Amino acid sequence: MKTEKIVQELGLDVKCGGDYLDKKVTGGYTGDLLSDVMGNSKEGYIWITRQVHQNIVAVASLKELAGIILINSSEPTRETLEKAEAEGIPIMVSNLPAFEISGKIYNLLMSEI
Amino acid sequence: MEETNRNIYSGQFDIEGGNFNAAGTVSTSIKSILKKLNIPGEIVRKAAIVSYEAEINVVSYAKKAVVRLTVAPKKVHIEVDDTGPGIPNIELAMQEGYSTADQRIREMGFGAGMGLSNIKNYSDEFHIESEVGKGTRLQMTIQTP
Repeated sequence: MKTEKIVQELGLDVKCGGDYLDKKVTGGYTGDLLSDVMGNSKEGYIWITRQVHQNIVAVASLKELAGIILINSSEPTRETLEKAEAEGIPIMVSNLPAFEISGKIYNLLMSEI
Repeated sequence: MEETNRNIYSGQFDIEGGNFNAAGTVSTSIKSILKKLNIPGEIVRKAAIVSYEAEINVVSYAKKAVVRLTVAPKKVHIEVDDTGPGIPNIELAMQEGYSTADQRIREMGFGAGMGLSNIKNYSDEFHIESEVGKGTRLQMTIQTP
Protein backbone atom coordinates (compact mmCIF):
# COMPACT_ATOMS: atom_id res chain seq x y z
CA MET A 1 0.00 0.00 0.00
CA LYS A 2 1.24 3.45 -0.88
CA THR A 3 1.20 6.47 1.42
CA GLU A 4 -1.30 8.08 -0.93
CA LYS A 5 -3.90 5.39 -0.21
CA ILE A 6 -3.53 5.90 3.56
CA VAL A 7 -3.99 9.65 3.06
CA GLN A 8 -7.21 9.04 1.11
CA GLU A 9 -8.64 6.36 3.39
CA LEU A 10 -8.01 8.28 6.60
CA GLY A 11 -8.57 11.81 5.31
CA LEU A 12 -5.12 13.02 6.33
CA ASP A 13 -4.14 16.63 5.75
CA VAL A 14 -0.92 16.59 3.70
CA LYS A 15 1.18 19.54 4.89
CA CYS A 16 4.17 18.97 2.67
CA GLY A 17 5.91 16.34 0.57
CA GLY A 18 2.82 15.76 -1.57
CA ASP A 19 5.05 14.65 -4.44
CA TYR A 20 6.43 11.80 -2.37
CA LEU A 21 3.26 9.89 -1.52
CA ASP A 22 4.03 7.00 -3.85
CA LYS A 23 6.40 5.21 -1.50
CA LYS A 24 5.34 1.73 -0.42
CA VAL A 25 4.38 1.63 3.26
CA THR A 26 5.95 -1.45 4.83
CA GLY A 27 4.65 -0.91 8.36
CA GLY A 28 4.26 1.70 11.04
CA TYR A 29 5.74 2.89 14.28
CA THR A 30 4.16 5.08 16.93
CA GLY A 31 6.32 7.04 19.34
CA ASP A 32 7.54 10.39 20.59
CA LEU A 33 11.05 9.38 21.68
CA LEU A 34 13.37 9.97 18.76
CA SER A 35 15.89 7.31 19.77
CA ASP A 36 13.10 4.78 20.08
CA VAL A 37 12.00 5.48 16.52
CA MET A 38 15.63 5.59 15.36
CA GLY A 39 16.30 2.18 16.86
CA ASN A 40 13.05 0.40 16.09
CA SER A 41 11.51 1.75 12.90
CA LYS A 42 12.31 0.28 9.51
CA GLU A 43 12.57 1.56 5.97
CA GLY A 44 9.17 2.36 4.51
CA TYR A 45 7.38 2.70 7.86
CA ILE A 46 4.85 5.42 8.57
CA TRP A 47 5.75 7.23 11.79
CA ILE A 48 2.96 8.43 14.06
CA THR A 49 4.01 11.06 16.58
CA ARG A 50 3.11 14.21 18.49
CA GLN A 51 6.54 15.75 17.95
CA VAL A 52 6.36 18.68 15.54
CA HIS A 53 9.89 20.13 15.57
CA GLN A 54 12.34 19.85 12.70
CA ASN A 55 14.43 17.05 14.21
CA ILE A 56 11.74 14.54 13.26
CA VAL A 57 12.68 15.09 9.62
CA ALA A 58 16.27 13.93 10.11
CA VAL A 59 15.05 10.75 11.80
CA ALA A 60 12.57 10.02 9.00
CA SER A 61 15.13 10.79 6.33
CA LEU A 62 17.96 8.76 7.89
CA LYS A 63 15.64 5.78 8.39
CA GLU A 64 14.01 6.23 4.96
CA LEU A 65 10.52 6.28 6.42
CA ALA A 66 7.52 6.67 4.13
CA GLY A 67 6.25 9.70 6.03
CA ILE A 68 5.27 11.26 9.33
CA ILE A 69 1.73 11.56 10.68
CA LEU A 70 1.18 14.18 13.36
CA ILE A 71 -1.64 13.40 15.76
CA ASN A 72 -4.37 15.48 17.45
CA SER A 73 -4.33 18.10 14.66
CA SER A 74 -0.80 19.15 15.68
CA GLU A 75 0.76 21.81 13.51
CA PRO A 76 4.30 21.22 12.26
CA THR A 77 6.69 24.16 12.65
CA ARG A 78 7.72 26.15 9.57
CA GLU A 79 11.27 24.79 9.85
CA THR A 80 9.91 21.25 9.94
CA LEU A 81 7.92 21.81 6.75
CA GLU A 82 10.84 23.42 4.92
CA LYS A 83 13.22 20.66 5.89
CA ALA A 84 10.71 17.91 5.09
CA GLU A 85 9.98 19.35 1.66
CA ALA A 86 13.71 19.53 0.94
CA GLU A 87 14.26 15.95 2.11
CA GLY A 88 11.18 14.59 0.34
CA ILE A 89 9.44 13.46 3.52
CA PRO A 90 5.63 13.77 3.53
CA ILE A 91 4.19 15.33 6.69
CA MET A 92 0.53 14.57 7.26
CA VAL A 93 -1.82 15.62 10.03
CA SER A 94 -4.67 13.65 11.58
CA ASN A 95 -7.24 14.95 14.05
CA LEU A 96 -7.19 11.59 15.82
CA PRO A 97 -5.08 10.63 18.84
CA ALA A 98 -2.14 8.24 18.41
CA PHE A 99 -4.01 5.13 19.53
CA GLU A 100 -6.85 5.56 17.05
CA ILE A 101 -4.81 6.54 14.02
CA SER A 102 -2.35 3.71 14.71
CA GLY A 103 -5.21 1.22 14.91
CA LYS A 104 -6.71 2.43 11.65
CA ILE A 105 -3.39 2.26 9.83
CA TYR A 106 -2.71 -1.17 11.26
CA ASN A 107 -6.05 -2.41 9.96
CA LEU A 108 -5.46 -0.88 6.54
CA LEU A 109 -2.04 -2.50 6.21
CA MET A 110 -3.29 -5.85 7.50
CA SER A 111 -6.23 -5.81 5.06
CA GLU A 112 -3.71 -6.00 2.25
CA ILE A 113 -2.02 -9.19 3.42
CA MET B 1 38.13 15.68 3.06
CA GLU B 2 39.81 13.32 0.66
CA GLU B 3 38.65 10.42 -1.36
CA THR B 4 41.42 8.07 -2.39
CA ASN B 5 39.48 5.52 -4.41
CA ARG B 6 36.01 4.04 -4.82
CA ASN B 7 36.14 1.96 -1.66
CA ILE B 8 38.36 3.93 0.66
CA TYR B 9 37.29 7.22 2.11
CA SER B 10 38.33 9.38 4.97
CA GLY B 11 36.65 12.61 5.98
CA GLN B 12 36.08 14.89 8.91
CA PHE B 13 33.05 16.86 10.11
CA ASP B 14 32.36 19.32 12.92
CA ILE B 15 29.37 19.29 15.25
CA GLU B 16 28.35 22.36 17.20
CA GLY B 17 27.06 21.68 20.71
CA GLY B 18 23.65 23.07 21.61
CA ASN B 19 22.54 23.67 18.04
CA PHE B 20 19.43 21.53 17.73
CA ASN B 21 18.50 23.20 14.44
CA ALA B 22 21.50 21.60 12.77
CA ALA B 23 21.21 18.26 14.60
CA GLY B 24 21.34 15.42 12.10
CA THR B 25 23.27 17.20 9.37
CA VAL B 26 26.52 15.33 9.99
CA SER B 27 24.81 11.94 10.08
CA THR B 28 22.91 12.85 6.93
CA SER B 29 26.23 13.69 5.22
CA ILE B 30 27.76 10.43 6.40
CA LYS B 31 24.80 8.49 5.08
CA SER B 32 24.95 10.12 1.67
CA ILE B 33 28.73 9.58 1.41
CA LEU B 34 28.35 5.88 2.25
CA LYS B 35 25.56 5.54 -0.30
CA LYS B 36 27.73 7.12 -2.99
CA LEU B 37 30.49 4.65 -2.12
CA ASN B 38 28.01 1.82 -2.80
CA ILE B 39 28.18 0.52 0.75
CA PRO B 40 25.34 -2.03 1.26
CA GLY B 41 22.05 -0.54 2.51
CA GLU B 42 22.04 -2.43 5.80
CA ILE B 43 25.52 -1.08 6.68
CA VAL B 44 24.51 2.46 5.67
CA ARG B 45 21.43 2.23 7.91
CA LYS B 46 23.52 1.08 10.89
CA ALA B 47 26.04 3.86 10.30
CA ALA B 48 23.21 6.39 10.07
CA ILE B 49 21.76 5.27 13.41
CA VAL B 50 25.05 5.28 15.33
CA SER B 51 26.23 8.58 13.89
CA TYR B 52 22.86 10.22 14.52
CA GLU B 53 22.78 9.14 18.16
CA ALA B 54 26.36 10.29 18.69
CA GLU B 55 25.55 13.59 17.02
CA ILE B 56 22.51 14.14 19.25
CA ASN B 57 24.63 13.44 22.32
CA VAL B 58 27.12 16.10 21.25
CA VAL B 59 24.36 18.61 20.51
CA SER B 60 22.67 17.83 23.84
CA TYR B 61 25.66 17.80 26.15
CA ALA B 62 28.98 18.87 24.62
CA LYS B 63 30.50 22.12 23.36
CA LYS B 64 31.67 20.75 20.05
CA ALA B 65 32.99 17.62 18.43
CA VAL B 66 35.01 16.37 15.52
CA VAL B 67 33.66 13.36 13.65
CA ARG B 68 36.02 11.25 11.60
CA LEU B 69 34.62 8.83 9.06
CA THR B 70 36.87 6.17 7.60
CA VAL B 71 35.73 3.62 5.07
CA ALA B 72 38.10 0.69 4.64
CA PRO B 73 37.47 -2.30 2.38
CA LYS B 74 36.03 -4.37 5.26
CA LYS B 75 34.67 -1.78 7.64
CA VAL B 76 33.16 1.61 8.27
CA HIS B 77 34.71 3.41 11.23
CA ILE B 78 33.19 6.48 12.87
CA GLU B 79 34.93 8.36 15.65
CA VAL B 80 33.24 11.17 17.55
CA ASP B 81 35.62 13.16 19.71
CA ASP B 82 33.95 15.85 21.78
CA THR B 83 34.99 18.71 24.00
CA GLY B 84 32.56 18.76 26.86
CA PRO B 85 31.72 17.80 30.42
CA GLY B 86 32.61 14.13 30.02
CA ILE B 87 30.75 11.22 31.60
CA PRO B 88 31.49 10.53 35.30
CA ASN B 89 30.09 6.99 35.27
CA ILE B 90 30.18 5.28 31.88
CA GLU B 91 28.60 2.07 33.15
CA LEU B 92 25.58 4.02 34.37
CA ALA B 93 25.40 6.07 31.16
CA MET B 94 25.34 2.86 29.13
CA GLN B 95 22.25 1.60 30.98
CA GLU B 96 19.16 1.94 28.83
CA GLY B 97 16.82 4.52 30.34
CA TYR B 98 19.50 6.34 32.34
CA SER B 99 19.71 9.97 31.32
CA THR B 100 20.88 13.30 32.66
CA ALA B 101 18.94 15.29 30.06
CA ASP B 102 17.08 18.39 31.17
CA GLN B 103 13.40 19.09 30.53
CA ARG B 104 14.02 21.08 27.34
CA ILE B 105 15.88 18.18 25.73
CA ARG B 106 13.26 15.65 26.89
CA GLU B 107 10.38 17.70 25.51
CA MET B 108 11.86 17.31 22.06
CA GLY B 109 11.85 13.56 22.46
CA PHE B 110 15.56 13.27 23.12
CA GLY B 111 17.23 12.29 26.38
CA ALA B 112 15.37 9.02 26.83
CA GLY B 113 18.56 7.22 27.79
CA MET B 114 18.53 5.13 24.64
CA GLY B 115 21.24 6.78 22.56
CA LEU B 116 24.30 4.93 23.79
CA SER B 117 22.37 1.62 23.83
CA ASN B 118 21.35 2.18 20.22
CA ILE B 119 24.97 2.92 19.33
CA LYS B 120 26.16 -0.25 21.05
CA ASN B 121 23.42 -2.39 19.48
CA TYR B 122 24.01 -1.17 15.94
CA SER B 123 27.84 -1.21 16.01
CA ASP B 124 29.90 -4.35 15.61
CA GLU B 125 32.57 -2.80 17.80
CA PHE B 126 32.04 0.07 20.19
CA HIS B 127 34.50 1.85 22.45
CA ILE B 128 33.80 4.75 24.73
CA GLU B 129 36.27 6.72 26.81
CA SER B 130 35.61 9.85 28.77
CA GLU B 131 37.37 12.29 31.00
CA VAL B 132 35.30 14.51 33.27
CA GLY B 133 35.79 18.16 32.41
CA LYS B 134 37.45 17.36 29.09
CA GLY B 135 35.26 15.29 26.84
CA THR B 136 34.16 11.95 25.50
CA ARG B 137 35.38 9.89 22.59
CA LEU B 138 33.26 7.26 20.89
CA GLN B 139 34.56 4.81 18.35
CA MET B 140 32.13 2.77 16.33
CA THR B 141 32.99 0.11 13.79
CA ILE B 142 30.57 -1.56 11.43
CA GLN B 143 31.86 -4.51 9.43
CA THR B 144 31.02 -4.66 5.76
CA PRO B 145 30.56 -7.97 3.95
